[in-house]
Amino acid sequence: MGYAKSKSGVSLAKMRISYDKDALRIVLRGRLDNYRAAPVWRKVLKLLAKRHTKPIHIDASGLEYADGSGVALLAYFKEYGQKNDLEVKIENLSQNISSLLDSYTENPPVEAVKQPESLNLIERIGQSSMALAGDAVEQIIFLGRLTLATAKTIFTPRRFRAGDFFRMCELTGANAIGIIALLGFLFGLIMAFSSAMPLRQFGVEVYVADLVAIALARVLGPFITAIIVAGRTGSAFAAELGTMKINNELDALKVMNLDPAVFLVLPRVAATLLMTPLLAIITNVAGLIGSGLVILSLGYSLVTYTSHVQNIISMTDISIGLFKALVFGATIGAVGCFRGMQTKSGAGGVGVATTRAVVTAIIMLVILEGIFSVMLHYLKI
Amino acid sequence: MNESIIKTQNLTMGFDGVPILENISFSVEAGEIFIILGGSGCGKSTLLRHLIGLAEPISGEIFIDGLSLTDAGSAQRADILSNIGVAFQGGALFGSMTLLENVALPLEEFTSLPKKAIRLIAQAKLRLVGLGGYDEHLPSQLSGGQQKRAALARAMSMDPRILFLDEPSAGLDPITAAQLDDLIANLAKILGVTFVIVTHELASVFTLNGRVIMLDKNSKGIIAQGQPEELLKDRSNPMAWQFFNRSLKES
Repeated sequence: MGYAKSKSGVSLAKMRISYDKDALRIVLRGRLDNYRAAPVWRKVLKLLAKRHTKPIHIDASGLEYADGSGVALLAYFKEYGQKNDLEVKIENLSQNISSLLDSYTENPPVEAVKQPESLNLIERIGQSSMALAGDAVEQIIFLGRLTLATAKTIFTPRRFRAGDFFRMCELTGANAIGIIALLGFLFGLIMAFSSAMPLRQFGVEVYVADLVAIALARVLGPFITAIIVAGRTGSAFAAELGTMKINNELDALKVMNLDPAVFLVLPRVAATLLMTPLLAIITNVAGLIGSGLVILSLGYSLVTYTSHVQNIISMTDISIGLFKALVFGATIGAVGCFRGMQTKSGAGGVGVATTRAVVTAIIMLVILEGIFSVMLHYLKI
Repeated sequence: MNESIIKTQNLTMGFDGVPILENISFSVEAGEIFIILGGSGCGKSTLLRHLIGLAEPISGEIFIDGLSLTDAGSAQRADILSNIGVAFQGGALFGSMTLLENVALPLEEFTSLPKKAIRLIAQAKLRLVGLGGYDEHLPSQLSGGQQKRAALARAMSMDPRILFLDEPSAGLDPITAAQLDDLIANLAKILGVTFVIVTHELASVFTLNGRVIMLDKNSKGIIAQGQPEELLKDRSNPMAWQFFNRSLKES
């Protein structure tokens, strides 16, 4: 039982090398353990980096103790001998170190178990394209399932998990009010301030109110809100569903004949669909307050500011903004759940799913905003 | 084999002040295989978490190699931890690292050995547990049994004096479980380190053939202790006798 000893010893590991006409002679002394073997290991690595032709004789009579690192060192000598067809003799090795050395060397070095071969550039491009196409197909299937689940729930409303839906509304909507209001306020303030300075040169800084109001109501209000919801809620959905997938909870639902789309996805998508327009209203109001402060600081009255805002914004503008927020919300919820359900095994899988949820949602938001802009242009609204 | 390497004195453990185990006192001798046995929910893993310093007892003391773990400052704690290795039930291998990197990590952090030497040592440890050739594999590419072996190799990385294994053969098929138990018994013989093994598998208890303490959920304490063969015949505690004999019939 001499193998396991405390590291609190005093004798240092030492190695002496000498060459004579018959052999390369090595004398090992002291304690070869994890904490003291480093200098000896360095010498051995240097020594065995060269090709030797003479037998190696190691005298281990002075070796007081060897742990894993010491025994691995002796095993390295033996393997060097086997590889180079050279005699390696270890003499005067204590019984317990010797039996440990046998157990290290009795399983000979095994060839590396084959890993999948790395692909060349063209193969990688092909693989990525296939993955992209596969992802698109999966998205379509997911969308189909979600539509089916929605239809099923409309015809049998008791299947809708109202409790989950309200919990999600709280997480997505109520809990986000603070951050949405703060960012909306700051955004309105910054936008007004940045545009007021150049407009002032022409003496039309009061039109900052019109600029900010129309931009917020039609485009920026819903867009900023959607970005925040994507970062805050879409990622949370992906992480939650991803963890559920790893824990086989999704499989459990399937074998209980419960549709994950109805059970998990629908309440979440419904929550983001409903909450994003409401949050967009808060962003708009907070943004207008922020820009109002800038206008007031420029010496205009509150009445002037509000009358400009009232004149420029129509119900159509507000409706367009809210409709966009509705579509954005549904997209974020669906993308978050989709990526979560795609999660691969391991803790890293959840991280990847979360990142992909946010990135995909933002890309989708930009594409949707582009489509809306073109549509509104042709519809002339 | 006559010095106590682990000693607990009137240890009471639990969560939020609610005790799960009370007044647990035992000692483990250096070099022995010590088995903590019991049914589900009896507090085996809780006891293990306290022995490896991951949880604070409600009362009582734990001594590792004569040093108090319960009162240890950071330096003493580091000293104690350098003498123990733990293989967790699920392996707890770092998923983003290869097996070799998992095993080499403590050596890289705590020794000044050259990189190549660390690599050779880690390879040797992997070979010792029968995973030679799997150096560059990620844990996710391994089976459950292989992951447990790799966890054992990582626990042995710094050649600790005590190895704690939490349910090493749980969740494995009988043949893989038996192979792993044989490996542990063999390592105990070769390395001479102290093994503290938590299990509820009776087959493992007989293969490992160490000294057993049996915990019970209702009495919140140790209800039997001794060698497996003794406990099999001992009728003084009906609960323990029933556990041994019924489980053995079932297995």
